[in-house]
Amino acid sequence: MILTILILLPLVGALATAFAPAALARTLGLGFAVATLLAGVVAASQYELDAGMQLTETHTWIESLGVHYALGVDGLGLLMVLLTVVLVPIVLLAGWRESDAAGNGGAKAFFAWTLALEAMSLAVFTATDVLLFYVVFEATLIPAYFLIGGFGRAGRGRAATKFLIYQLAGGLVMLASVIGLYVVSANAGNPSFLLSDLAAIDIDPITQRWLFVGFFIAFAIKAPMFPVHTWLADTTEKATPGTSVLLVCILDKIGTFGMLRFCLGLLPDASQWATPAVVVLALISIIYGALVAIGQDDVLRLIGLTSLSHFGFIVLGIFVLSPTGGTGAILYMVNHGIATALMFLVAGFLIQRTGTASIREMGGVEKSAPVLAGFFLVAGLAACGLPGLSPFVSEMMVIIAAFDHHWLVGSVAVLAIVLAAFYALWMYQRTMTGPGLVSVADLDRREVGIVAPLLLALVLFGFFPMPLLDVINPVVHDTLAGVGIAQEGGHQ
Amino acid sequence: MTEFTKPSVEYFELWPLLVVFGVACLGVVVEAFAPRAARYVSQVVLALAGLVAAMVGVVLIARDVTTYDDGAARGILAVGGTIAVDGPSLFIWGLVLALAIGGVLLFAERHLDGGSSAFAGQASAVPGTDAETAALAARREHTEVYPLLMFAVFGMMLFPAANDLLTMFVGLEVLSLPLYLLCGLARRRRLLSQEAALKYFLLGAFSSGFFLYGAALIYGYAGSMDFALINEAVRNDVGNSSLLLIGTGLLSVGLLFKVGAVPFQAWTPDVYQGAPTPVTAFMAAGTKVAAFGALMRLFYVALGADRWSWQPMLWIIAVLSMFVGAVLAITQNDIKRLLAYSSVAHTGFILTGVLGLQASDQLAIGEITSIQAVLFYLTTYGFATLGAFAVVSLVRDAGGETTAIDRWAGLGKESPVVAAVFAFFLLAMAGIPLTSGFVGKLAVFSVALAAGAWPVVVAAVIASIIAAFLYIKVIKVMYFDEPVGDGPTVAYPSVLTATTIAVGAAVTLVLGVLPGPVLDLAAAAGEFIR
Repeated sequence: MILTILILLPLVGALATAFAPAALARTLGLGFAVATLLAGVVAASQYELDAGMQLTETHTWIESLGVHYALGVDGLGLLMVLLTVVLVPIVLLAGWRESDAAGNGGAKAFFAWTLALEAMSLAVFTATDVLLFYVVFEATLIPAYFLIGGFGRAGRGRAATKFLIYQLAGGLVMLASVIGLYVVSANAGNPSFLLSDLAAIDIDPITQRWLFVGFFIAFAIKAPMFPVHTWLADTTEKATPGTSVLLVCILDKIGTFGMLRFCLGLLPDASQWATPAVVVLALISIIYGALVAIGQDDVLRLIGLTSLSHFGFIVLGIFVLSPTGGTGAILYMVNHGIATALMFLVAGFLIQRTGTASIREMGGVEKSAPVLAGFFLVAGLAACGLPGLSPFVSEMMVIIAAFDHHWLVGSVAVLAIVLAAFYALWMYQRTMTGPGLVSVADLDRREVGIVAPLLLALVLFGFFPMPLLDVINPVVHDTLAGVGIAQEGGHQ
Repeated sequence: MTEFTKPSVEYFELWPLLVVFGVACLGVVVEAFAPRAARYVSQVVLALAGLVAAMVGVVLIARDVTTYDDGAARGILAVGGTIAVDGPSLFIWGLVLALAIGGVLLFAERHLDGGSSAFAGQASAVPGTDAETAALAARREHTEVYPLLMFAVFGMMLFPAANDLLTMFVGLEVLSLPLYLLCGLARRRRLLSQEAALKYFLLGAFSSGFFLYGAALIYGYAGSMDFALINEAVRNDVGNSSLLLIGTGLLSVGLLFKVGAVPFQAWTPDVYQGAPTPVTAFMAAGTKVAAFGALMRLFYVALGADRWSWQPMLWIIAVLSMFVGAVLAITQNDIKRLLAYSSVAHTGFILTGVLGLQASDQLAIGEITSIQAVLFYLTTYGFATLGAFAVVSLVRDAGGETTAIDRWAGLGKESPVVAAVFAFFLLAMAGIPLTSGFVGKLAVFSVALAAGAWPVVVAAVIASIIAAFLYIKVIKVMYFDEPVGDGPTVAYPSVLTATTIAVGAAVTLVLGVLPGPVLDLAAAAGEFIR
């Protein structure tokens, strides 16, 4: 029941906000987001480590098509749910004034769409029926489309269209695979979209490969990976930083989440078959994303492209098919969510002050706004994997796993650390140091309050990643056991 | 020469057909004898009452329709075996009647255009003459449109229920002729409307000729017009099979013209654009439903044993329709033409469903039949189309409806509700989850995939992506583009149009979220009887 409540709260909140009087809308919206956060905490408190899929609910939805309204979370789902419920109130607070600015679609619409997006994302992370997953997977696109198209800089309508076309294309390709799974299950005598039913079927390897390709294309577009990443930079450049946080830190995680749950979980043979190709694509994403990021002039575009590199790491960790890699990848998903959110939001505050997103036109900000510069520096250092901040742990795990996989893979991946230091620090240098063009106001208390929790989380999980690892390890163990990878010594 | 025996007429089972036909005739009488002032109200009330009565009849018949022969299908063959009142017929009747009620409501709308309907004051007056001005000034209107609509509805009900080629031809003509007329009756842009009517008539007459020629050849092959006997002949492989093949091809031309499949789609954009929007709404939804019913009955019942002759043809036509429809729709800058090409693409998707397995004994447990999938898709498509065109009729400027897409820029700000409803219909047509269109696509794709038609499904997926672009393009214009000049205005509709739009939107939402009952109803319709 708690999971249904978790999905319904923001959904009701979205409707309530949309129909509330304008003066009340923001408070109401934030109230629902906080209530959802609390519901998320309640769900987490009911969660038991090492007990597989739990908090499950199953109801028949469309009987003649074998579709169920089935929810449940494992460790991976729980972490994604928590990431979502934590980030949404922060994004709403950050967009409190900005979404009402001239040319934007109004705070009411921003709050309503954000809550709708939260509801759909939570449903994605908790769905245990493939068709339900597909339905909400696609349904996330509509609020995302209106968030991109309604708020941000000129040219956002075009960016929104590009985003939606890419995502729908991926979704429709996946639909073919979803239906294919159903046909396979019907031929096996138990037509069902339930994950648990589908996992029990032995699908022949050739069919698996076709189905894998369909799923993988969709998730690669979502994640995003080279060569289907081109929507990412345009979107982050035109949308507001808050929207970008929702997209990159929450929505894009569906891609890697789906790879773990559907590609590895349901199609293990095909996943092993595809590993070499996927690893190569992941490496290209890692290096290419970092290289392209270095040359960017637009702060938001730059941050968007760094995510391409980071998602490359996550996919690499997943597809080296080892316990270290898998754990590192899931941990990376959480850390990337926190670190990139911090980076986007601080960059957003910066852009509000300077009135431009062009790095070339900034400079010397640290003199007049040391606090802002400090936050920006920490976010940058997190992106390049400084020890003591949480991304370091996950990045190290993935790189170690990559070396275990093949020394060549590891050596290519490790290059990215150098490149990351280059783009992060050079961006800092160009925007924050040097001769100041204009003096800007420092972060006020509200703004510090918004980003401080993210900073604390980065430091906290940098030194104590164990709580996260405890949740992650059982999932990785179960998933890899399904693929047929024995794990040395079991998990803790 | 065998002796002529008078067929017995099953009045109870044919009640819906007879009521609709009777009301249509009554409408003609009203037109002749009622005073002009009383005609509008009496025609509208009469038409609605007739449709509702027929609908009640459909429900009553469906409740106690008997099992036919071996039990796989339910229904009876009426009037000496010429009309099949079976599950699919009843489903289609119900659907056509529901869409026709929406059609009547749209026809009767008089709030949008300064107190007059969408139809010409005096159709016989040459456009631009004094006679036309006089008719407009006298606030005349053609109330013949309601009987014409009822005749078309009668044709739409007879066409898919016909169980022999001749009755099917009669249904085809009765359905088409009133529509040709209705298309030419637009109040504004009359030349465009008349051109559309003439085009539709000429091409339609031509395609009817093909159908008739095909019927003759099939008769030459099988020695009978009756579907069951044709099936028997095909099964036993009697006669000259080239007659059968050519006959099948020619019949297909007639039917594929009506559903608007490539390469017989050329009429759709012109006719959809030229016809008065209420007519377009009714015609686009109703004709497709009726013609697909007839197409499935012909191919499954009469030619089912010759599946391997026509199946490859339908594969190709399905793929062509999807691609040509989707690609050409992108290039359109008129919303009605865009929806016309999108309907061509939808024809392709529905044909994908027709390609699925046909008999329930060929299915694994939990799979659905093609008939079920296609009937469901038609329901979703019918209501979304009716609603979408109804919305089109609301967006206006000084010269009447504004159908140029770039003039729709800024509609999202001007009228958030209308823009949101239209966007919702477009998303349904694009097949986005939580709308009916998604479940429809899911159904037809899964029957086609289960039947091994995976190349068609792959093509359909690619075509869906192209089609999605086109719907999103319109949404982007409405919400994110800056208005040109004053921007569009939205006429405030009366309760008639508002009801139609609300019902269309509600059905689209409910079938997207809880499609179970209608899917079950389509499953309960079962198979065609022979």
